Amino acid sequence: MTKDECKQVVLTIIADIAPDEDLSNVKPDVRLRDQLQLDSMDFLDIVMELRKRHGIEVPEADYMQLASLDSCAEYLTPKFNALAGKQ
Amino acid sequence: MSGLAAGIRLAHFGKKVCIFERHNAVGGLNSFYSIAGRKYDVGLHAMTNYVRPGVKGTPLTKLLRQLRIDREEFALCEQKQSRVAFGPRGETSLRFTNDFAVFESEVARTFPAQIDGFRKLVQLIRSYDDVSLDAKPESARTVVRLHLTDPLLEDMLFCPVMYYGSAQEHDMEFGQFVIMFKALFLEGFARPFEGVRVILRVLQEKYRQAGGERRMKCGVRQIVSRGDKVDRLVLDSGEEITATHVLSSIGAPETFGLCASGGQIGSEKPGAQPGLRHSPGRHSFVETITVLNRQPAALGWGDDTIVFFNDSSRFDYACPTAPVDPRSGVICIPNNFDYGPDHVLPEGIFRVTCLADPAHWFGLPEADYRAEKARWFGTIHTSARRFLPPSDPAAFAAATVATDMFTPRTITKFTGHLNGAIYGAPVKVRDGRTPFSNLYLCGTDQGFLGIVGAMLSGISMANYHVLTR
Repeated sequence: MTKDECKQVVLTIIADIAPDEDLSNVKPDVRLRDQLQLDSMDFLDIVMELRKRHGIEVPEADYMQLASLDSCAEYLTPKFNALAGKQ
Repeated sequence: MSGLAAGIRLAHFGKKVCIFERHNAVGGLNSFYSIAGRKYDVGLHAMTNYVRPGVKGTPLTKLLRQLRIDREEFALCEQKQSRVAFGPRGETSLRFTNDFAVFESEVARTFPAQIDGFRKLVQLIRSYDDVSLDAKPESARTVVRLHLTDPLLEDMLFCPVMYYGSAQEHDMEFGQFVIMFKALFLEGFARPFEGVRVILRVLQEKYRQAGGERRMKCGVRQIVSRGDKVDRLVLDSGEEITATHVLSSIGAPETFGLCASGGQIGSEKPGAQPGLRHSPGRHSFVETITVLNRQPAALGWGDDTIVFFNDSSRFDYACPTAPVDPRSGVICIPNNFDYGPDHVLPEGIFRVTCLADPAHWFGLPEADYRAEKARWFGTIHTSARRFLPPSDPAAFAAATVATDMFTPRTITKFTGHLNGAIYGAPVKVRDGRTPFSNLYLCGTDQGFLGIVGAMLSGISMANYHVLTR
């Protein structure tokens, strides 16, 4: 998986969690919280959907790694690839 | 409703969930029933917390996101206008709509000396963190009096807020006041054209799609514990069920009533919440429902959606000394939501809710019970009509095609809530914890109020106690 594909995975999840948000212009280097109205319940859902859909575990200590799309990609891409390697 | 919301969250994230419901209909305190082919809503006068599409970060938006519900599915239609009407003939009246500016201007016009204090109070309410699970309790009357000096305005704010959610008499906890003030005034009222069953239908369908199981007419008779954990549930049929987690939406005293020895088991342990020892609320309600063969507008009642009324010098929200206290109450006319030009409810509906003393209604033999209902029905209507535009009582009587009335006894019979206490125990358990490490409360005794609150309560408790563990 590439980092761009990883960002798309996260955006797809956000689109399902918050269908009332406009995701067409999300800037990858800006905190998601600063450009979208996402609260802690929504971030928890991103983590739980990652686990449900993709088997990716994000421990609570790492939640801040999901701050922006860029940091999501940095943090999650290796996890996706490690998981793919195991299969 | 809180149980369904919790169930949707848990099932969506892969938990194996089963909901046990003693009644044959879902919804608990927000449900519906049929008599002679007519469907009647219970609980729902209006869905509070309404915000228009695009407004984010409010309870309604959170709930829609958390349950993956598209707001179109609820098909909410806004109220026309509501009022708080005080005085023997409703002489002082504050109108409000889903646009808060209307209410603010009404307060400014009627209470010019109070408007600065009112604005400061509203500012405090807007900034108050009402979803905190560990806020320290303070008296709402005390906080409101720091800002308002006119007892009439104070009571006119407390009347709707208390009628729509206070389990406590005379006063309420400020956090609860804030939740209700936002829900009623800063947000607003709406209703699906077909009433509460639309909301229940959506919830049931989400729950089913997520893989949740449900068993109707299947009550829980006992909660059996071992040490500090719930070991199993015993159903009415005698069947035993084990589970890693148990969420109870039946109320705090009701839940503890089911715990093994039937008493307050475990609540004396260190760390146990004192609130769990509290009894259910003392006051309950009666409600009259009148079905009319014409729209209420034809009787001159086409404007008001909800009217909160009080005829006395002070608003007395307490268990009455008489069976019913007709001095104050709530009128609801479900026809007066804006359903759009092509949607008119087939019949007129007129509902009036008043405070009632549960003890009186529970003690009556069946024949007397019916007679008392008939007697109070008339008294309640006579009282309520003073707060609506004048209309001919004979025309109202001629238009009436069906009536029904519920009492505290009806509420307990169908929902199991002790004392018919719709709003549960006066002391809430905000974090939902019980002395048992795997038993949690959701719904009315957890303390998020109203229909939206009920659903958010189930969501929060499922998230907090099960999904994030």
